Amino acid sequence: MISIRNVTKNFGGKNVLNGLSLEIPRGETLVIMGQSGCGKSVLLKIITGLMSADSGEIWFDGTEISSLNGKKINNLRRKIGMLFQSAALFDSMTVAENVAFMLNQHTDLDKREMRKVVDEKLSLVDLEGVQDLRPAELSGGMRKRVGLARALAFDPEVILYDEPTTGLDPVTCTEINQLIKDLHERLQVTSVVVTHDMHSAFSVATRMAMIHEGKQVAYGRPDEIINIDDPILQQFILFGAPDQILNMENPILKKYLGR
Amino acid sequence: MEQQSTLHEANGGFPDLVKIRLHKVLAEIGHAFTLFFQTLIQIFRPPFQFDLLVKQLLLIGFNSLAVVIVSGFFTGMVLGVQGYIQLKPYAVEGSVARFVCVSVVKELGPMITAFVLAGRIGASITAELSTMKVTEQIDALEVMGTNPVKYLVVPRFLACSIMLPTLTIYSTFAGIGGGFVAVVTLFDVNGSFFLLEVQKNLFVGSVLISLIKATSFGMAIAAVGCYKGFSISTAGGAEGVGIATTGSAVISLIAILVLDFVLNHVLFNILGLV
Repeated sequence: MISIRNVTKNFGGKNVLNGLSLEIPRGETLVIMGQSGCGKSVLLKIITGLMSADSGEIWFDGTEISSLNGKKINNLRRKIGMLFQSAALFDSMTVAENVAFMLNQHTDLDKREMRKVVDEKLSLVDLEGVQDLRPAELSGGMRKRVGLARALAFDPEVILYDEPTTGLDPVTCTEINQLIKDLHERLQVTSVVVTHDMHSAFSVATRMAMIHEGKQVAYGRPDEIINIDDPILQQFILFGAPDQILNMENPILKKYLGR
Repeated sequence: MEQQSTLHEANGGFPDLVKIRLHKVLAEIGHAFTLFFQTLIQIFRPPFQFDLLVKQLLLIGFNSLAVVIVSGFFTGMVLGVQGYIQLKPYAVEGSVARFVCVSVVKELGPMITAFVLAGRIGASITAELSTMKVTEQIDALEVMGTNPVKYLVVPRFLACSIMLPTLTIYSTFAGIGGGFVAVVTLFDVNGSFFLLEVQKNLFVGSVLISLIKATSFGMAIAAVGCYKGFSISTAGGAEGVGIATTGSAVISLIAILVLDFVLNHVLFNILGLV
């Protein structure tokens, strides 16, 4: 569905993405892992057209998007929903106005129809009775849920999650992970989750990719990824993966545990 | 490599540092003008969101009315007092009404209104937009297929361009009123004579100059406020918001003074308006 081909991005002499290639198949939840500053969030910004790559191609459903601009890129963006790291809710609006924003901007729905969609999307993320609250009145977990409801408002084909569990307590993290899984099962959307939280990664992923020094160093299903002999990846698994994933009899894990 | 060579050049001495600084300033001016032209283009592109414009008109106009009137009134009073004191030794204190009227209409009315709005509205536009930038709200707008220039800049730009001349009319009347009150109550000047002199010296050309200046100042305040708000990086944080807001107020004030000089030259010397 999304194909990233040989993408490079340079900031002030530092190569953040260094010829990155990655496939995001339709209907899968791909988790992109990597150290802080390895270019995960930059990649999401390039996919959504918020940032342009220095070179390389991004294909979305057979369309090369780095050459698109104006109306064409805006039309494509309507197929993408994004949950930002900080939720990025409009603080001058209520929860209902935030969720209805895209409908208000791009459709002719009347207020009653919009309210119906807002209620439906909020119930999808297990939130009710918060329609008239302002973002400042919500907890961190609730803000993420509202951000997710807003991302779902236009029935996107792809949902991008930028560090969905960062800054949340463990209980809320588990709830958000469960929500991502439920939404994937219920809506059958393609999801891309950027995270360095390995608990979150293993609980939501149907495929995983590891980025290091601007390149993909590992790619596969969760059961495949734990058997890839890459030192950076195994360090991530060893220090972050949940206990049920850590099989100490795994020879590759043993090898890095010994170090 | 590019950064290294810049540092190397910077070590070359004072002229190189000036060159780098100048390059930065020119680049910023270029970006600001790009945003300005993008705004002009977006004004004429549908959809036209009048609700956003009305909201900004109320925020910028109605909420600034009291402070603009008070500032104009006291400026007029000061002009009246100073004018009378300066003109009396030459026995032409009767011209004080003309002095107050011409100064307020052509110069101080639009200028005081613009200064008040630069501090009050320009800075608040920058603070609001830069906070939105830092908290990724502007990125969220773009991801949702909404043009941030169209949605955020156009209503503020239009509202400033419409409300500044409107408020200038109020501040000008307040200024003349202030001059009247000061001169009539503090000195031996006849009120009817003062008003008659004002009427004699109030020309359509003068009012036109005042409104042209005010509209230009309004555009400048909005353009600087929006540019400074947009130019902050996402990593700027609270400190970046503070720096951008202060920068916005300072640049707006300088822009108003420079524009005033240019407009005075163009309107009086070239077009010959009185």
